[in-house]
Amino acid sequence: MTAKLLVYILVMAGVTYLVRMLPLMVFRRKIRSRYVQSFLYYVPYAVLGAMTIPAVFYATGSVISASVGLAAAFVLAFFGKSLIVVALSASAAAFAAELIIGAVK
Amino acid sequence: MDRAKSRGFLGGLKDSIPIALGYLSVSFGFGIMAVSNGLSVFAAVLISMTNLTSAGQVAGLTVIASDGGLIEMAIAQLVINLRYSLMSLSLSQKLDSKFTWLSRLGVSFGITDEIFAVASGKSEEVSKQYMAGLISLPWVGWAAGTLLGGAAGEILPEKLKAALGIAIYGMFVAIFVPAARKAIGVLTVVAIAVGGACCMRYIPVFSGISEGFRIIICTVIAAAAGAFFFPVKHDEEGGGEK
Repeated sequence: MTAKLLVYILVMAGVTYLVRMLPLMVFRRKIRSRYVQSFLYYVPYAVLGAMTIPAVFYATGSVISASVGLAAAFVLAFFGKSLIVVALSASAAAFAAELIIGAVK
Repeated sequence: MDRAKSRGFLGGLKDSIPIALGYLSVSFGFGIMAVSNGLSVFAAVLISMTNLTSAGQVAGLTVIASDGGLIEMAIAQLVINLRYSLMSLSLSQKLDSKFTWLSRLGVSFGITDEIFAVASGKSEEVSKQYMAGLISLPWVGWAAGTLLGGAAGEILPEKLKAALGIAIYGMFVAIFVPAARKAIGVLTVVAIAVGGACCMRYIPVFSGISEGFRIIICTVIAAAAGAFFFPVKHDEEGGGEK
């Protein structure tokens, strides 16, 4: 492991810890602003959306198999399947697509 | 007696089993992703042991893989993990009077969406023993899953590894799609974030902006628009990844 990587990890862990620790140590009052509360409520969904699309299309090495996997994930997630079922089905669908593409070639 | 037990370390452990199992599988996806981005298994596990958060770690990995700057890394973690501040704030009212500043320092390391949800769902105040139990098993699961995923990523055949690389995105989809189906606000936020991320990726004007900053910009714009147009009610605070 290089020193640069270690510094990256140190910054990651340090900032993440401070974000969790400071409010618990310093503040004893609740955030009252409805706007701030709403903003923080929406952050996880915004992050996950921005990180998933379009990056997912380049996750398997072929846009076609990635699209098949993503489609499977969308359908199963829409019908409320659990995290692990959705994730493994996306992988299985992408894998099947890879095999079919390989066979056609 | 039973009541006292359910509030102690063992009670925390018991309540944390479902969380730990979930973490084991999510971090498996992270382990594979880290190794396929060129990190060692050791580095991947070190990240998981020191961060204990999914979205932040994937974003961090993106910054590392694209050789981004340290300021970029710090801002990305700050924005993505800012929601933990709200949870910390809320949890600070829930801790019993025996909490010392040292135990507060310890507990704050382990605040995640799921652990926060379970702790704040307790009807009474929580003890430091209970919190220690609630945090330790998911932490072990998170590290172990990363180790297994990283190791699998090194030995599995290329095609299978590629297919498993999509697993962590599948989990992200499993979090935001059901939420977007239920609430127009979440749907709007996700649509704006995805639209923004696509614009930044495919429109040449934005090509100078690094990966990490793209995530930051899209997140802030989408969440701010959501908060402005669809403010949530107070009882929904602290929701998020499940």
